[in-house]
Amino acid sequence: MGNGNLTASHFFVTGDPLIYSADAAIILSVLSILFFLTRCHKWGWLWREWITSVDHKKIGIMYMIAAMLMLFRGGVDALLMRTQLALPNLQFLRAQHYDEIFTTHGTIMILFMAMPLMFALFNIVVPLQIGARDVAYPFLNAVSFWLFFFGAMLFNLSFVIGGSPDAGWLAYPPLSETAFSPGPGENFYIWGIQISGIGSLATGINFVATILKMRAPGMKLMRMPLFAWSVLSSSIVIIFAFPVLTITLALLFIDRFAGAHFFGMTGGANPMMYVNLIWMWGHPEVYIVVLPAFGVFSEVVSTFAKKRIFGYKSMVFSMLIISVLSFFTWVHHFFTMGAGADVNAFFAVTTMAIAIPTGVKVFNWLFTLYRGRITMASPMLWTISFIPAFVVGGATGVMLAVAPADYQYHNSYFLIAHFHQVLIGGVVFGYFAGLYYWWPKMFGFQLDERLGKWAFWLWNIGFYVCFMPQYALGFMGMTRRVYTYGWDLGWAPLNFVSTVGAFLMGAGFVFQVWQILYSIRHGRRDLTGDPWNGRTLEWSMPSPAPYYNFAQIPQVKDRDAWWMEKQQMPEEGRGNTAVKYEPIHMPKNSGIPFVMAVFWFIAGFGFTFHWIALGIAGLAGVGMSLLARSFQYKMEYEIPVEEIQRVEASMGRIG
Amino acid sequence: MKLRKFFMRSKPFLVAGLFVFFLAGCRSQFPVLDPQGPVGKSEYQLIVFSAILIAVIVVPVLLILVYIVYRYRAHLGNNAPYTPEWADSKLLETVWWGIPILIVGVLGWYTVNTTFLLVKPPVKDVKPLTIQVISLDWKWLFQYPDQQIATVNYCEIPEGMPVQFVLTSDAPMNSFWVPQLGGQEYSMPGMAMRLWLQADKTGDYAGSGANFTGRGFAHMRFQVLARPQSSFNAWVDQIKKTSPPLTQAGYQQLKKPGVADHMSYSAYPPGLFNDVVNKNRNHPSSWRR
Ligand code: HEM
Ligand SMILES: [Cu+2]
Ligand SMILES: [Cu+2]
Repeated sequence: MGNGNLTASHFFVTGDPLIYSADAAIILSVLSILFFLTRCHKWGWLWREWITSVDHKKIGIMYMIAAMLMLFRGGVDALLMRTQLALPNLQFLRAQHYDEIFTTHGTIMILFMAMPLMFALFNIVVPLQIGARDVAYPFLNAVSFWLFFFGAMLFNLSFVIGGSPDAGWLAYPPLSETAFSPGPGENFYIWGIQISGIGSLATGINFVATILKMRAPGMKLMRMPLFAWSVLSSSIVIIFAFPVLTITLALLFIDRFAGAHFFGMTGGANPMMYVNLIWMWGHPEVYIVVLPAFGVFSEVVSTFAKKRIFGYKSMVFSMLIISVLSFFTWVHHFFTMGAGADVNAFFAVTTMAIAIPTGVKVFNWLFTLYRGRITMASPMLWTISFIPAFVVGGATGVMLAVAPADYQYHNSYFLIAHFHQVLIGGVVFGYFAGLYYWWPKMFGFQLDERLGKWAFWLWNIGFYVCFMPQYALGFMGMTRRVYTYGWDLGWAPLNFVSTVGAFLMGAGFVFQVWQILYSIRHGRRDLTGDPWNGRTLEWSMPSPAPYYNFAQIPQVKDRDAWWMEKQQMPEEGRGNTAVKYEPIHMPKNSGIPFVMAVFWFIAGFGFTFHWIALGIAGLAGVGMSLLARSFQYKMEYEIPVEEIQRVEASMGRIG
Repeated sequence: MKLRKFFMRSKPFLVAGLFVFFLAGCRSQFPVLDPQGPVGKSEYQLIVFSAILIAVIVVPVLLILVYIVYRYRAHLGNNAPYTPEWADSKLLETVWWGIPILIVGVLGWYTVNTTFLLVKPPVKDVKPLTIQVISLDWKWLFQYPDQQIATVNYCEIPEGMPVQFVLTSDAPMNSFWVPQLGGQEYSMPGMAMRLWLQADKTGDYAGSGANFTGRGFAHMRFQVLARPQSSFNAWVDQIKKTSPPLTQAGYQQLKKPGVADHMSYSAYPPGLFNDVVNKNRNHPSSWRR
């Protein structure tokens, strides 16, 4: 390590066939993409329509595509690990390799899969749902996306250049300090997360502003759809939690870069401080990602049961309580670190307390279904299957909260089973439900239901086959993050079963990809804009929505605004009333967010390898980008009435 | 037909029976569920108690879910009531705010009590044995301050005697876990953490590191051997007679990253444990407990 004394053999990761094949795959796919773009003259299109776009819908779609790629990468990591653990003493992965893979798996799944998939839903849905033409700060929104994107790229680069981080997804010191992790891996981790983290914080601010300031006239807060409420609660948590992460990782980097002693073993350092800080972000983080899933379920349940959501006020109230409580439970991640009985008792009780509002939400969903008329389309299937998964996962969470009992679960496979059950059963199933639900709105066609059912059942069966045995493995004393174990421990059969389950889920993912590709050609077109007989405003417009969203900003008179309108309006007259349009102001596209993120990437790369000149050059580029932005004066343009009429007519909205 | 009916009726019993068989038959396969000391036992009781309490709410919720989804599915001729606008009920909402509050109340109360209880030594009228433990990359060093012997990756304890493990680390933070005797505790550089454990019966109890410390982490397994007091004493004498001493240089050697087999030492540098703690003692003393 050190300044610039890296040889080529340190720079490129060498000596492992898996890595070489990854190198080859990366180079080949990059080349083929470049070839395709050049061949079809798509460079200009890519730049104008996507890279410089500030349209929330397009940004949402880009988030989604990136998140699905990351789900693929994280999923491959998972399958590699499960293969290694299928039987005792396997030589499939070496210890070092296993350590890198669980670290990148955890980091990618939470920060580069769950977060962007969540932001995809924020972007695609929120403005449409609250009757707005874009988010509050469209330019900042593009900045957020590109920061996430290049942060994720930087992190993933570590696989082939320099070596991946291997100290766990939360990088506890002293292990993550230079003394024990001398290579660039942890620097990749720090910079990848820092860069995308700035983007996440900005997105949180953006959506709080959007929801508080941009609602259509008449949409009082208590008339707002529950998904928008969930986004608001999640964004508030982001605003308070992410700065903690930024500071924590910055301190860790100062330790590593400048030899400071915040968290190491000597010189007055205190690793326990890091553990506290990282979980002060880490626990709220899990609620950041699960709250929007709760929002999705609320929308889906009410749409597919054809019934108003039960207990709306409780639903809102419980989400807000969860946001607040999520900041007061972090110690449950280290009950065994020697805090006194008083501290542990306090945090045990606050943790259990979170189960109360969560339980209330489950009851309210159940009673929305009760006396409804339930249609089992894809979004609803995922929602229904979420309930048992999350109820059981939440229950084991309460068991973990019992501090003295946690002395026996901590760091064991019981814990692994628990958090996968809530993260997959809650977060992933929730976002899938959301994607299936809003897919027609995004792309104008529906996903094939038959292939979707295959994916659904494979995921669900695989899920229980994979994770239920892990609870038992925890009771058998199997600790997490072990790359191998002996026959004598009796862990082999259950591990084998668990691996089978993981591959079933992998097959489910393959079906989903197939489903998307198939539906692009054969999927049913959504001509009405309202394929599910929806209740909220996004279903009042054509699919996909025109780039300015609403030709006329709607007037909201009640909850379930679109449902109410449909009740009052005769079938034929819908949307065909003669209206007088007015010109619309829209933000202009800009290449600055992309360029600025590239400079961040360069800076991060430089600091990762301690190439200070490169790092500073990158930061200078960031500064110049900001400066360039400050000299842009005409940042909006006007859509004339004729254009609006033309677009609306082309979508069949004007008679 | 009859057989099927019989099977359907007795299904719950069959399932319960299987469960009991599973628990009883292979309990020794599940060290956490087969505790052999008072600490492990009280934790086990709490595990069972919390599992039951939680099942009380989980099982009905799942049954209700199945019923509702079946009863209210949209198909022609479903004559179940349909009330699309019914979305509020003060009474019902009070009920389901109440139920979880009640459950959490009960569980919380037990949790708080046990938490305070487990800080104390398991048995009061016996003189405890102290064992100092240092986690290294990637092995465990045990020192007996009263007997002045040391071992690596295994230790012996007298059966029925409370043992106070004092944990520290001269490497990244680990966690000391012997599931059949009781729950774990972190071993941290610069700190001396106390963990009370006791084995009621003679036996070999497997332990492991539980907090990831790098490449050799998976190999940080150790044995705790509980023996009658007399054979424990004999074992100590044996080691004193036959094993080499651990020197300062030997410790530096041992500390180097790598895995190790079982080893024993007839002596160790006096004050080694405290030196290790003090060398890494970093945080202002007010932060320590
Ligand atoms: C798709 C199926 C999945 C499988 C089969 C799977 C499997 C695994 C495995 C084998 C480990 C390592 C256990 C260990 O050795 O300690 C792990 C760790 C982890 N997983 Fe997953 N996982 C899956 C999905 C997810 C998802 C969706 C998330 C998050 C949204 C997630 C988050 C994590 C985290 C945070 C860790 C801990 C990493 C660490 O120890 O540093 N996983 N998973
Ligand atoms: Cu937590
Ligand atoms: Cu400490």
